[in-house]
Amino acid sequence: MWRYSFPLLFFVGLVVLFIFGLQNDPSKVPSPLIDKPAPPFALDTLHDENKKITHDTLKGQVTLLNVWASWCAACRVEHPLLVRVAREDGIAIYGLNYKDERPNALQWLKQLGDPYVDSAFDQQGDVGIDYGVYGVPETFVIDKQGYIRYKHIGPVEQEDLDNIIMPMVRQLENAS
Amino acid sequence: MIPELGQLTLILALALAIVQTVLPIAGAQLRNYSWMALARPTAQLQFIFLAIAFALLTWSFIQHDFSVAYVANNSNSMLPLMYRISAVWGAHEGSLLLWALILSGWTLAVSIFSQRLPLYFVARVIGVMGSVSIGFLLFMLLTSNPFDRLLPVPMDGADLNPLLQDPGLIIHPPMLYMGYVGFSVAFGFAIAALLGGNLDSAWARWSRPWTIMAWVFLTVGIALGSWWAYYELGWGGWWFWDPVENASFMPWLIGTALIHSLAATEKRDVFKNWTVLLAICAFALSLLGTFLVRSGVLTSVHAFATDPTRGVFILALLGVYIGGSLLLYAWRAPSTLKGGTFSLFSRETFLLFNSVFMVVSMLTILLGTLYPLVMEAMNMGKLSVGAPYFNAVFVPLMLPVIVLIGIGAIVRWRNDNWQRISKPLAILLGVSAVTGVITGLLLLESDIFISILGLVAAFWIILTSLSAVRERLKNRQNKWLALANIPRSFYGMTLAHIGFAVMIIGITITSTHSVDVHERMAPGDSVSFANYEFTLDSLRSVPGPNYKATEAVVNVSRDGKLVSTLRTQKRLYTVRNMPMTEAGIDAGLTRDIYVSLGEPLDGDAWSLRLYHKPFVRWIWLGALFMAAGGILAATDRRYRLRIKNKATQVDDNSVTAK
Amino acid sequence: MKTVIAFLLLFNLGTLSAADVPIRFNDIEKDNLYDSLLEEIRCLVCQNQSLADSNAELAQDLRRQIIEMIDAGKTENDIKAFLVERYGDFVLYRPPLQENTWLLWAGPFVFLVIGIVVAIIIIRRQANNSATQEPNND
Repeated sequence: MWRYSFPLLFFVGLVVLFIFGLQNDPSKVPSPLIDKPAPPFALDTLHDENKKITHDTLKGQVTLLNVWASWCAACRVEHPLLVRVAREDGIAIYGLNYKDERPNALQWLKQLGDPYVDSAFDQQGDVGIDYGVYGVPETFVIDKQGYIRYKHIGPVEQEDLDNIIMPMVRQLENAS
Repeated sequence: MIPELGQLTLILALALAIVQTVLPIAGAQLRNYSWMALARPTAQLQFIFLAIAFALLTWSFIQHDFSVAYVANNSNSMLPLMYRISAVWGAHEGSLLLWALILSGWTLAVSIFSQRLPLYFVARVIGVMGSVSIGFLLFMLLTSNPFDRLLPVPMDGADLNPLLQDPGLIIHPPMLYMGYVGFSVAFGFAIAALLGGNLDSAWARWSRPWTIMAWVFLTVGIALGSWWAYYELGWGGWWFWDPVENASFMPWLIGTALIHSLAATEKRDVFKNWTVLLAICAFALSLLGTFLVRSGVLTSVHAFATDPTRGVFILALLGVYIGGSLLLYAWRAPSTLKGGTFSLFSRETFLLFNSVFMVVSMLTILLGTLYPLVMEAMNMGKLSVGAPYFNAVFVPLMLPVIVLIGIGAIVRWRNDNWQRISKPLAILLGVSAVTGVITGLLLLESDIFISILGLVAAFWIILTSLSAVRERLKNRQNKWLALANIPRSFYGMTLAHIGFAVMIIGITITSTHSVDVHERMAPGDSVSFANYEFTLDSLRSVPGPNYKATEAVVNVSRDGKLVSTLRTQKRLYTVRNMPMTEAGIDAGLTRDIYVSLGEPLDGDAWSLRLYHKPFVRWIWLGALFMAAGGILAATDRRYRLRIKNKATQVDDNSVTAK
Repeated sequence: MKTVIAFLLLFNLGTLSAADVPIRFNDIEKDNLYDSLLEEIRCLVCQNQSLADSNAELAQDLRRQIIEMIDAGKTENDIKAFLVERYGDFVLYRPPLQENTWLLWAGPFVFLVIGIVVAIIIIRRQANNSATQEPNND
C-alpha cells in the first residue's frame, strides 16, 4: 500500500534538498539591495578631503563600486584585474575605501595601481553598513539611473567578469 | 611504519566487514549454517583490528609523530598528554575512526550477548551492522584517512583547537557516539525482522535492552555537551538550538518514542510496523547528524572542517542505508501479521500519542533546522531560524506530553475506563497545582506565570509516578515485600519520568530567574545582586603549558561572609593565536555562581560577566536520573535470565517465517 | 552622562571590543532593549555568534549604530527593519512572520493536527475490530 512508501518518498525529498545544499555556500549573504536605488551617501574622497563624492556621482553611466581596503589581503588578489578592466574595457570603477587610514590607502594605490575614477573614504564604515557590506572585497554593479543590479561577494575573478559582470554591464549600457 | 600498519589494519577491518556482511545475510536467506556461523567470529576479529588501529593512532599522538597529517593538524609539542589522547577524536578523520571502533564494539557486544537468540536472526543483525561498518571504513580509506602522511614533516603541529582542550572533550563525543552508533543495533534488529518476516513481541523483547542502552548513552552524551558548553563557552548558556545540537536531539526524541513503542509491541503485540519504522528513523537521524556536521551544508559552530566531497560521500551512505531500509520497509511491512487490539482509553493509546508528540517535535526541529536550506534551494531568500523560533514552538509541544506522562503511568493496558482514574487524577492534579502555586509564590519572583506552570508540571509528573508505585502496593499485606517484587523496569520508568520532572524544574527556574550582570571592574571594585556581593580581588598573569593567561580572582560573599573565591582566566593559546575564556564557577545544588573575564578596559580595569543561575544543575541531574532509569529498565530480570520455556526457545536450524 | 562615558570609552580605545564594554543608558528600558536586541541579531562575520558575543569589527560598528538608534528613541522594530534593509532576513535569529515563513510558523501546528487525527483514526479502526476484552493490569 502506498502509505508504506511515504517515508521513502519523504527521504528522497530530503536527499534532493541535500544535493542542492552541497553545492551552496551557506555563509554567503545575498544582498537585499538588488534592483533598488543605491543608498545615499556623501563622503570625502580619498585623495582630496575637500572634495565630496555622493551617490549622485555614480549616476549617468554604468559603474562598478568596489569596496576595498589596504589591510585586506583578498583585495590585493583581485586588484590587478580591476586595474586592467579599468584601462582596457573603459568601465568606470569607483572605490569605497572601507575602514582604512588615508596614508595606508594612498600608499597601497601607489604601489598596486589606481583603477578608480575616484575613491570614497569611509573611515567609520557607516556607508559600508548602508550598502550591506560584511566582508571585503565586495563589488556592486550600478546602472545609469543609480540602481544596484548585482553584488559580487569576495574577490572578483576572470570567470566572474567574463560570465556575469561584463555581460551585465554591456546590457545595462545598451539600455536607455 | 606505525601509520602504515594502522592503515593496514583498517584495510583488514574492511575486508572482515565485507565477509561479516555478505555471508551471514546470504546464509540466513539460504539457510546455510556455516555462513551464518561466520557472523560472530568476523565481528569479533574486526573489533580487534579496529582496536589496534585506534591504539596505533593514539600512539602516534602520544609520540608526537607529526609525519602523520592528522597528528600535525591537531596536536603540538606543548599539548598536555591527556589532550594528546583526546585529540585522537578531536577532528574529522579521528572521530570517524572512533565511530567505526564503537560500531564494531557494539557489534562485538551483540555477538556475545545474543546466545539465546536464533542464529539466523543474529546473523542478520550482525550482517546489517557489518554493512554500516563497510560504509564508514570505505569513507575513511577513500576520503578521510587518519593515517595519511605529511611530507615534509613539519617541525611542530598546529595544536588542538583550544575549545577542545578540556575534560569535556574527553568524554562528550565518546558518549554521544555510543548513543548514535548504539541505534545501529536497533536498526540491525529492525532490518533483521523485516528480512525474516518475524516481526512479533519476541523481537521487541530482544530489541528493548539494546535500544534502551543506546538511548541512555545518547542522553548522557547530550547532557554532557550541554554542561560542557555551559562552563566552557563562558556565557552561561546551556542550549543554543544550533543545527548540530538539533542533529543530536532529533534521534533522542525518536529514540524516546522507540523505547516506548517497543514496550507496547513487547507487551501487547501492537504497533509492530510503526516500531520498526521508528528504529530505522532513529538510526537515519544519527546518520543525518553525521552528515550535517561534516558536509558544510549548514552554518554551525560545531562543524568539522567541511569539504563537499566528503559531504557527497556521506550523502551516498545515507542514500544506501536509509533508502535501502525504507525500500525494504515499503516492501515488507504490508505483510506483517495483525497484532493485539485495544480500546480508546488504554495505555496503548497513550503510548501511541507519545509517538505522535515525539515525532511531531522531531519534525518541528527538522523543519526549523532545514528551512533556511529549503528557502535558498527554492530561491526564496536567505533567512535564519534561531533559538527564538525553537523556544517558541517547542515548549508548547511539551505541555501535552507532560499531561500524558501522568495519566499514562496509571492507565491500564488494553481497556480501562475513565471513571476508575478520573477522581484520583483530579486529586493529584489539584495537589500538584496547589503545591506548585504555593512554592512559586513563596520562593520565586519573576515571570511568575511561567515559573508556576513549570513547577506544577513537574509536581504532576512526580506525584503521578509515585501514585503508580503506590497502586502496586495496594491490597498487599507485606508492603516491603511488594516493593521488592516490583519489576526493576517499573522502577526504571518511574525514575526516568521523575528525572524528566527534575529537568523541567531546572529549566523553568534557570530560564526565568537567571541574573546576568556585565560590569567594568578594577581591583577592589564590588558589585551586588541576587543577595551576593562580588569583589574583584586581584588580577595577575598566569602561564600555562601552551597558553598565556590573565587570571582574575573574585571573592563572593553573602551577608558579609565569604562564600567562595572564584578564579576566571582569559587565555591566549599561542600556537593558533586563539583567545579563550575559562569561567570560574561555584557549583551548588540550588544555584551556580559564575564569573567570566571579558576584555581589558582602561587602566587596570576589565569587563566581567557575573551570573547567578539558580537550579541550573537540576537540568543535568534530571538527565542523569533519566539515564539511570534507563539502565534499571535495561537490566530487568526478564532480559537477563534464561527463558526455560520451550515455546520460546528456538534452535539454530529453525525455519524463518517468510 | 553614563552614555557619554560609554561613548568616550568606545572612541578613545581604538580596537576596544564593545561587546565587553558594559553599556548603560540612563533608562532601564533602553538597557533591556539593547541587551535583548543584541541576542536576536546574528553577526555576519562570525556567523555562529550573536551581536552580543561577537568581537568582529562589523559587530562593533553595528552595536555602535544600534546604541545611537536606541538613544534617538527608535523602537525594536525600527532597528530590526534597519538591519534587514541592509543585510536581509538572515541577520535576524527570529524568523519574521511573512509570506515566505508562514509554512515555518504554521508547520508545527499542522504536524500536530495531522498526527492527532491519524492516531485517532488508527485507534478507532482497530478498536472496532476487537471484541470486548477483560481489562488487564500489567
